[in-house]
Amino acid sequence: MTTIEPHRVRAGRGTELGLLLIALIIGIGAYALVGLGVEGEVPPDVVGYSAGLAGLALLMHVVLRWRAPYADPVILPLTVALNGVGLAMIYRLDLAYAAKANHDHGFAARQLAWTAISVGLAALVLVLLRDHRTLRRYTYTAMVVGLGLVALPLVPGIGQQINGARIWAHIGPIGMQPAEFAKIALAIFFAGYLVTHRDTLALAGSKVLGLQLPRARDLGPIIIVWAASLAVLVFERDLGTSLLLFGMFVAMLYLATERLSWVVIGLLLFVGGAMLAATAFSHVGARFEAWLHALDPAVYQRTPGGSGQLVQGLFGMAGGGLFGTGLGQGRPDIVPYAESDFIVASLGEELGLTGLMALLMISLVLAERGLRTAIGVRDGFGKLLAGGLAFVVAFQTFVVVGGVTRLIPLTGLTTPFLAYGGSSLLANWVIVALLLRISNDARRPAPDVPALTPAGGIPALEPDDDPTERIGTVR
Amino acid sequence: MNQPLRRLATVVIAMFIALMGAATWVQFVQAKDLNADPRNARTLYREFGNARGPIVVDGKAVAESVKVDDPFNYQRTYTDGDLYSALTGFYSIVNGSTELEYAENDQLTGKSDQLFFSRVRDLLTGRQPEGAAVETSINPAAQKAAFKALGDQAGAVVAIEPSTGRILALVSTPGYDPNDLAVHSSKKASAAYAKLVDADGNPLRSNATRETYPPGSTFKLVTAAAALESGDYDESTELPAPVRLDLPQTTATIGNFGGGGCGSDPITLADALRVSCNTAFAQLGMDLGDDALREQADRFGFDDPDLTIPMGTATSRFPADANPPQTAQAAIGQFDVQATPLQMAMVSAAIANDGRLMTPYVVDRVRAADLSVVSETKPTLKSTAVSPGTAAALTDMMIGVVESGSGTAARISGVQVAGKTGTAQTAEGQAPHAWFTGFAPADKPQVAVAVIVEHGGNAGSEATGGRVAAPIARAVIEAVLNS
Repeated sequence: MTTIEPHRVRAGRGTELGLLLIALIIGIGAYALVGLGVEGEVPPDVVGYSAGLAGLALLMHVVLRWRAPYADPVILPLTVALNGVGLAMIYRLDLAYAAKANHDHGFAARQLAWTAISVGLAALVLVLLRDHRTLRRYTYTAMVVGLGLVALPLVPGIGQQINGARIWAHIGPIGMQPAEFAKIALAIFFAGYLVTHRDTLALAGSKVLGLQLPRARDLGPIIIVWAASLAVLVFERDLGTSLLLFGMFVAMLYLATERLSWVVIGLLLFVGGAMLAATAFSHVGARFEAWLHALDPAVYQRTPGGSGQLVQGLFGMAGGGLFGTGLGQGRPDIVPYAESDFIVASLGEELGLTGLMALLMISLVLAERGLRTAIGVRDGFGKLLAGGLAFVVAFQTFVVVGGVTRLIPLTGLTTPFLAYGGSSLLANWVIVALLLRISNDARRPAPDVPALTPAGGIPALEPDDDPTERIGTVR
Repeated sequence: MNQPLRRLATVVIAMFIALMGAATWVQFVQAKDLNADPRNARTLYREFGNARGPIVVDGKAVAESVKVDDPFNYQRTYTDGDLYSALTGFYSIVNGSTELEYAENDQLTGKSDQLFFSRVRDLLTGRQPEGAAVETSINPAAQKAAFKALGDQAGAVVAIEPSTGRILALVSTPGYDPNDLAVHSSKKASAAYAKLVDADGNPLRSNATRETYPPGSTFKLVTAAAALESGDYDESTELPAPVRLDLPQTTATIGNFGGGGCGSDPITLADALRVSCNTAFAQLGMDLGDDALREQADRFGFDDPDLTIPMGTATSRFPADANPPQTAQAAIGQFDVQATPLQMAMVSAAIANDGRLMTPYVVDRVRAADLSVVSETKPTLKSTAVSPGTAAALTDMMIGVVESGSGTAARISGVQVAGKTGTAQTAEGQAPHAWFTGFAPADKPQVAVAVIVEHGGNAGSEATGGRVAAPIARAVIEAVLNS
């Protein structure tokens, strides 16, 4: 007879406060250094700025204490650190643009406003969403919303084509990149759909080359999502979003079914589709050529579709070297879209390889904390949702940073929390709120569960097992 | 579902390790190549973003970096750009740099090893690094006199202080305004460059140092020097001076300027130089042989591909392996003899300095931003061109040229000028180049000068060295002596 001792779980809110302090010091310190580096003095509004950033961080902290006291204590500080460094870099680029063209874009001020709105929305999610399992009820609503958002840029009058890609939607005065929100809606849909159909999807079909293939009739959903991703690629010319949504789906499919065959099928489908698109559509082909032959003078000079921006970004990062030029000391503004698509190159130039490594480490730990949450949470829907959301943040970082560092072809995605862009910031803060919400569930000490007695042929729990399933059979 | 979650976590870690590897590849492994890529504007911005040192003529900056409100922070600005273009060259973002801007780049940018301690201090104090000032030996009065005297004629003037090798004037016309090339707008700079490349007379190339011409009769100084050095000749040695000289091995002949005789036949060496007698010198050259002429020419600085002042120069040449008729032509500065105006100024400077040829240079000293002297050029002997006796004899003969020979237009009242004219044939149907080289005062030389006016300048086919080039030399000599 085993008894489970309900051991005391440390909620970790004190730890979180301490870590938040460090994150704020990093963010505010970077902001002050930008002023020192560019203008030779600390920015005049540094006190107000610090108060604002600290206030937002504290707001989230207090909401967590109130509504999710057991939430993961590391996720929020990591997010605040990334957001703070991103803000400082955007402010730095504002100063550079102002010096160059005598025109203050005010990117930093807007990004700060978006940060405030995002934090507010994240807090609202934590307050209103008491239990993430509620979301499962909206599985198919989420599907409709998700697909609708993905298709929104194609609607005449709303969608807008910028730099060849059709990823913007304008409703009234507000412009947004709906794909950023679509990834949340689709994550909810995938989680709800897969948790219901996982058994069917996991059924094995024939075995080819040592790989258990799924049954042909179960291929439907993956084909639909694949088609949707290709549609995004072809009609919106958005390789990044296409890759992101499909990658998230394949990852969640693998989580649900534990079948590697799905991953292989998914990868083959995507690579095949992308190669087909690369040959059929010049803009996709140009991306690949700009990646493979970036330094080739002919490719470098070609506009549009050349590698000029990519190579300028590489020059910037190379100029930064190991330790960077220091904030305000480099020339990140030479690279087009240095504040959004190429913020990683800007950071690499001024903070050096060391700084970039640190930022990548923060993103990695953030994603791993999300995946840890998925492991810890007890219900299948929560596992899938947390796993999918954590993966999508990591994958988006991979696709963007990989594109800028020439690891993979360049796509037009934004780096989560670092890059300028309201849609991206809002969506990623909501993801963080959802992860915090789920982690609260994962880390909360279990209520008095009736002690399981291994009797009547029911096997004992293995520590690695998914308790929900077993408990379900017991009951 | 926990097993696949753990695997996914591993995949995520692998993705980030790949990212870190890629970042390391770009920022560490490949960084050097990427930084050296000519398309990398950062390298330029870093160089252009610092205060580049000035180029100084007589205490005044003729090229300096002025703080401006654009991404480069500093605009290279030239004062009297046309006047000094052969000296300063240009410093341009899109077109690179030339002449002193190129040759002294390490000093001007502050990158030179000699400025190491300045750099360390700038690093420690956080001060913006500044380049060093390059102070030139140019005498602005001589430079302006030469530029003005050349006027709109294509040509060049080089003036040297014989006792040191300091270059006092370095003028090439047509000049150009380096400001047009230094503008930061790459469109404007490229357009200005294209225009200059297409312009008549190749303004971007310094005629004074980077262009070679047939030296014509000015080369008779070298032939006369070879004769005197051989010990078989002196000023009064009589030479045959026919109206026409038949050349061996060919049907070709050499005549005198104007087709007449040389006043007498035979003629003394001194008179032959004074009236610039072609037939006498052609025969003399054949008698001395091409090896003796080449050896003498080389001691005056010909055939030295490594001459820098510190800008690079074109190599002046005496032909290798000339047969007797070619030697006869070469002895009067025709055939394949090629000389820069700088070279012909060096010939006069060596004669003026008792036969000792000093290495020519334009940079007196380099001064760091804190005004400490980083380096100072010490005059050095380049070679002993002729013995003091030969130099004295040549000086006497050159005085005769100006007093009562082909170079009377260079006479200055109260000052004894020594010189030699040249009228060098070029292509068929084109007016000859007008040359003059000489020095003054003859007894205590302060300046040696060489002048070329391409294709006779405004005088056209009527031009001779004595008529077109000698007055320009006189103006430069006067400017030096009066300053």
